[in-house]
Amino acid sequence: MNTNRRHALKTGGALSLLSLVAAAGWLKPGDAAAADAWNKSAFETHSLDETMKALGGTSPVPSNDIVFFSTPDIAENGAVVPVGITSKVPQTESIAILIEKNPNMLAAVFDIPPGTDPSLTTRIKMAQTSNVYALVKANGKYYATSKEIKVTLGGCGG
Amino acid sequence: MKRREFLQALAAAAAAGLPLDSPRAANADRFYDALTPFGNVALLHITDCHAQLRPTHFREPSVNLGVGGARGKPPHLVGKALLDYFAIAPGTREAHALTYLDFTQAARTFGAMGGFPQLATLIAQLRAARPGALLCDGGDTWQGSGTALWTKGQDMVDAAKLLGVDVMTGHWEFTYGAARVRQIVDKDFAGRIDFVAQNVRTADFGDAVFAPYVIRTINGARVAIVGQAFPYTPIANPRYFVSEWTFGIQEETLQKAVDDARAKGAQVVVLLSHNGMDVDLKLATRVSGIDAILGGHTHDAVPRPVRVANRGGSTLVTNAGSDGKFVGLLEFDVRAGKVDGVRYRLIPVFANLLAPDREMDALVSKVRAPYESKLSEKLAITEDLLYRRGNFNGTFDQLLLDALMAEKNAAIAFSPGFRFGPTLLPGDPIRLEDLLDQTAITYPYVTLTKMSGETIKAILEDVADNLFNPDPYYQQGGDMVRVGGLRYAIDPNETMGRRISKMEIDGKAIEPSRSYNVAGWAPVSEEARAAGGEPVWEVVARYLRAQKTIAPRKLNLPEIRGMAGDPGLGA
Repeated sequence: MNTNRRHALKTGGALSLLSLVAAAGWLKPGDAAAADAWNKSAFETHSLDETMKALGGTSPVPSNDIVFFSTPDIAENGAVVPVGITSKVPQTESIAILIEKNPNMLAAVFDIPPGTDPSLTTRIKMAQTSNVYALVKANGKYYATSKEIKVTLGGCGG
Repeated sequence: MKRREFLQALAAAAAAGLPLDSPRAANADRFYDALTPFGNVALLHITDCHAQLRPTHFREPSVNLGVGGARGKPPHLVGKALLDYFAIAPGTREAHALTYLDFTQAARTFGAMGGFPQLATLIAQLRAARPGALLCDGGDTWQGSGTALWTKGQDMVDAAKLLGVDVMTGHWEFTYGAARVRQIVDKDFAGRIDFVAQNVRTADFGDAVFAPYVIRTINGARVAIVGQAFPYTPIANPRYFVSEWTFGIQEETLQKAVDDARAKGAQVVVLLSHNGMDVDLKLATRVSGIDAILGGHTHDAVPRPVRVANRGGSTLVTNAGSDGKFVGLLEFDVRAGKVDGVRYRLIPVFANLLAPDREMDALVSKVRAPYESKLSEKLAITEDLLYRRGNFNGTFDQLLLDALMAEKNAAIAFSPGFRFGPTLLPGDPIRLEDLLDQTAITYPYVTLTKMSGETIKAILEDVADNLFNPDPYYQQGGDMVRVGGLRYAIDPNETMGRRISKMEIDGKAIEPSRSYNVAGWAPVSEEARAAGGEPVWEVVARYLRAQKTIAPRKLNLPEIRGMAGDPGLGA
C-alpha cells in the first residue's frame, strides 16, 4: 500500500487540493456554464417515469450491453456504495444512475464526449435496499439495466 | 502396542511405503488405517475451529434448509436424508460425526471430537505419508473461547504455528481490529504462515491489503492457494474493526488472481475460501480455472465434494465443518504439468482414537494455565442437551434468551444466529468456559432497546433474507436470529418482506406501532459500542448461578411454512 500517497492527501486536505485546481483555472467559482448544464428538475424526481420525463426521454429499452462492475450485492456502508458501470451501446452519449428507493431518484448523470470510453466508477448513497438503474442515452435513445443492492441491518453472521 | 506407539509405527510404515492395511496393523483400531495416499500433491484443510483447543462435542443441525436451486442438495441435508444421500450406515462413527441423530447416546459411545493435541497427531500421521503436504486454515481460528478473547488470539496463533499451518485466510480474525491482524500477519506469521485474501482492499485507493495467493512447489508440481476472506465481514460484524478495508465477492479480482497464478506456472489452483458453501457453489459456476475450493464459514460437514461445471471445465467444492471435528484431505495426481486425478476425503477427528501430541498438549496447558481457575467455575448443571446449531434456534441459545429476558426484564430477546459453540451433554456442568465458548466476542455488549412492532418485523425480515435469499450472493452465512418471548411463522420460500407472519406475544398479535422492550447482544453499530453495556457472559453467568440446575426448557421455534418433507428438516 502506498502510504506516502495517502499521507499526502490526508495532510494536504481536500480543500487545498480543490483550491489548487481552481487556481489553475480548471474550476471557476460559480461557473456559469456548469450552472446552465445542471438539470435541477431531473435531480428532484421520485419515479423512473418522472425522471425520464425530466431528462426529456421515453421509457428505456432493457439492454444487456450495459454492465455493472465492482458493484456490491450487499453494501458494506450505505453512505458510500461503490458502483461501476460500463456501456457497450454504440454512440453512448451519457450514463445516469437512478436509485429507485432514494428520496430523489436520480443520483448522477455523466456526459460521455465522443471518443471517450463509456465506463465509470463512482460512489452513491443509499438509505435502504433498492434497485439501482444504469440508464444510457445513445444516439438519442434510452437503454437501461438494473441491479439490486441490499443495505442490511447487519449482524448475525457466522 | 500402546496407541501412541501404534501411531508412530503407522507413520513410520507409511513413510517407508508399507501398505497400511498390512497384517501388522490389523489388531489395532482400524479407523484411520484406510487413509492410503493418492497422487503426489496433498492439501490438508482445517476451518472454523473457533479456538477449540480441547476436544468437544458438536451437534450438527437438525434444520438446515436450502431454498431455490439449493433445496434438498448438499449442504442442505440433515440426519437420515444426509446419511442416505452419502450412503453412510446409521449408528456408525461417521454417522455420529455428520448428524444430530441419537446425539447424546452416540456422543457417549464415540467420545469427544477435535482438540489441537489430537489434531496434531492426525496431521503428523497424514503428513508422514504425504511428503510436501500443505496445511491450509480457512479461518475463524482466533475467536471462540475465553482464552482466545483474553489473549487477542495469541493462543491460537501459537497453536496454529505449532500445528504447522502453511496458508490461512480469515473472518472472525478481523474482529480483533485491523492493527492486531496486521501485527500477527507481519510479525508472528512472518516466514511461517502466508495469510492470503485477494478480496480485501483499502477502501480509499483499492490497494491490496494481503497477498492474493501463494505458489508452493509440492513434489515438483506448482500449486497456487488463492485466498478469499469472508466477503461480508464489515456487514455481519462491526465495520469499525476494519473501517479502512473493503471486502466483498469480487469475481473480476478473483479471476485475475487465478489467471495470474496460472500465468506464473501454477499447475493446480485451489481457492481457500471463507465464503460459505452456497456462495462457493455459485462462485464456482462464474469463475474458471480453479481446481477445487476448500470452503468454510457455513460449518457444513460435507463428506463428498460437489463438482460444479464452468466455462473452464469444472471445480470441486468442499466444506469441512467446524470446531476441530474434521480434517479435509484433498489429493491431486499431477502428471506432465496437469491434474490427472483428484480425491477428497473429510476425516472426522475422534479424540479417543488419537493419542494427544505431547508438545501441543503442553502448549495448550500452558496457554490455559493463567485462566484455568476462572474458566473452570461451575455456574450450573444442565439436565438437557445444550447445542446451538440449526437454522432457527438451539437449546443453548434458548438458555441465553431466557437469561436475557429474566435479567433485563424484557418481554422479547434477540440472540444472533452464530454457528460456533460446542455442545454440552445432559448432566454436564456449565462452566464459565462453556458459556464463553458460545459468547466470547469483541463486541459482547448487552442492549435493552424499545422497538416498535414494525421494527421487530423489519429485523426478522432482514435476517431471514440473509439466510433464505434464493441468490447465494445475498446470503451472509449465519442462521436466523434467535427470538425469545415472541412467536412467529416463517415461509423461507417467500420474498423479503413477506416471509414473516403471525408475530405474537402471550397469544396477542404484535402491534406495528406499539413499543416493546427487547434485550439483545452483539450490536454491530458504532453507537452501540459507545453506549457500552455489560458483556453477555456476565449477565448469563449471573442467571445460571442463581438457577443452579438447568432443566430442559421449551425451544421457541417458529412455525415453518412451505418446507414439509424437506431433506433439510429433521424429523
